[in-house]
Amino acid sequence: MALSWQHLSIHELQPLLRGGEISAVELTTAVLDRLSSLDEKLHCYLTVDGAGALAQAQEADARLAAGEATPLTGIPLAIKDVIATKGLRTTCASRCLENFIPPYDATVMRKLREAGAVILGKVNMDEFAMGSSTENSAFGVTRNPWNLDYIPGGSSGGSAAAVAADLCLAALGSDTGGSIRQPASHCGVVGLKPTYGRVSRFGLVAYASSLDQIGPLTKDVTDCALLLQIIAGHDPQDSTSAPLPVPDYSQALQQDIKGMRLGVPREYFQAGLDPEVEQAVRAALRHCESLGAELVEVSLPHTEYAVAVYYLIATAEASSNLARYDGVKYGWRHPEAKELLEMYLATRSQGLGTEVRRRIMLGTYALSAGYYDAYYRKASQVRTLIRRDFDQVFETCQVVATPTAPTAAFRLGEKIADPLTMYLSDIFTISANLAGIPGISLPCGFTSQGLPIGLQLLARPFDEPTLLRVAHAFERTTAFHRRKPPLA
Amino acid sequence: MTLTPEIVQQIAALARLELTPAEQDLFTKQLNDILLYVAKLNELDTTDIPPMTHVLDLTNVFRADTVTSGLSPEEALANAPQQQRQAFAVPKII
Repeated sequence: MALSWQHLSIHELQPLLRGGEISAVELTTAVLDRLSSLDEKLHCYLTVDGAGALAQAQEADARLAAGEATPLTGIPLAIKDVIATKGLRTTCASRCLENFIPPYDATVMRKLREAGAVILGKVNMDEFAMGSSTENSAFGVTRNPWNLDYIPGGSSGGSAAAVAADLCLAALGSDTGGSIRQPASHCGVVGLKPTYGRVSRFGLVAYASSLDQIGPLTKDVTDCALLLQIIAGHDPQDSTSAPLPVPDYSQALQQDIKGMRLGVPREYFQAGLDPEVEQAVRAALRHCESLGAELVEVSLPHTEYAVAVYYLIATAEASSNLARYDGVKYGWRHPEAKELLEMYLATRSQGLGTEVRRRIMLGTYALSAGYYDAYYRKASQVRTLIRRDFDQVFETCQVVATPTAPTAAFRLGEKIADPLTMYLSDIFTISANLAGIPGISLPCGFTSQGLPIGLQLLARPFDEPTLLRVAHAFERTTAFHRRKPPLA
Repeated sequence: MTLTPEIVQQIAALARLELTPAEQDLFTKQLNDILLYVAKLNELDTTDIPPMTHVLDLTNVFRADTVTSGLSPEEALANAPQQQRQAFAVPKII
């Protein structure tokens, strides 16, 4: 195939598919070929559904030939293995769901299929989305395409690495404390966490239900808007999805940012921020200024408490959500247990990984009698303060701009022995989940070692259009998103 | 130290987890480190601050009580570790 599809995004491929310059089967075959030659070393995928993908591509070609193309007809996507895919193994990167085949599709999957997407397979993650490096997968680490000795970020590390390495056109991830934005930043791709309630969580395996959101990881901002358009919207099957109309996100991409006020929170530019990251983000902010935006210094005074709040609330919710992995109705069961309690203990202790058990323990403690007020309630009160910080800041500016993570990707193994240090790598992304606001990460530079750096933009609840508008204005006047990792 | 190995053992029992002696030591140390860190929340006076349980203003989400098709018994049981007469089978309880 003469066409160099790797350099093309979804919106660039759409007209080529419709014009017959490339067929869906050719495209899917090309991605699967690349996958089989590269994924042995990257390990993005946990399950590749080659036959299913080719069958879907054939259907796509039939629709293209009939002139019935929908937005994603023939577009090969990867799905984080925490999203239920009917008939396709969904493991959450956990031993205890190693052989779990969902009997239904998540709402986002139904929507992607209706839009014509080709589903290549399921991609790696930290077990049950608990982690910041994808090293907590029970099935092995994923490597960063920019440097194989580095982590891709997490927990949606497989999604981000697969997009960066062109092992799919785009991917879905989930974000509870930064799990879309941080890996997007570390892999040099675009990642969006929508407002809480913007996208249905039906079929998303629950980690922390008041924080979890599904979102896209894409090669550029236009693709991000395109995927969000498809997956967003109210869903009767998720009572926490917002009953609000979905705006036309492509509209937002047309507008410039002249006169827009960008808040720069001083708490995000303090000790602990890597100098190269700071330099790249400051340069990105100056670039926005040159496009006509006005930079306003703002303060989010409770930022330093966000990690503490998160690790109490998220673990408390997790301890409840993960009680279901008891070996009764689905999932792995310890084969030798003779009676019920023994079965629970053996199944959960051997089926769940160390980080998952550590978080269940912490959450169980935070909710236990006598400690609830000191931990869970206290954290929920500080969560209110964090939300109020944002409400106040958004009275003076439309978007808040920060680094996505305090450093670029770190080395495999560097932080795995010290959970608290690992937790602190999410320090800039967690607040958005606690406040329920949308956030996007987009490439804004590289370290001297050639590792990507991400710019994070945050906006008011349901103001994804403004996020996309600023992100697109930045992207179309820079070339960071065009750079490719040095892979064969 | 907030958590003793005995408390860690109790939490594990509540969470239906079983810890090896090495894990008990490791978790005791790590959970204490984390609790020491989260204690920074006590720097803040939160008297009269309402706890946030949810970010959206949603209460009592109702829908029409319409019958729709669900999973068939076969589908629902397809992932069961063990089944018997269209039911999930478990080891003896008593």
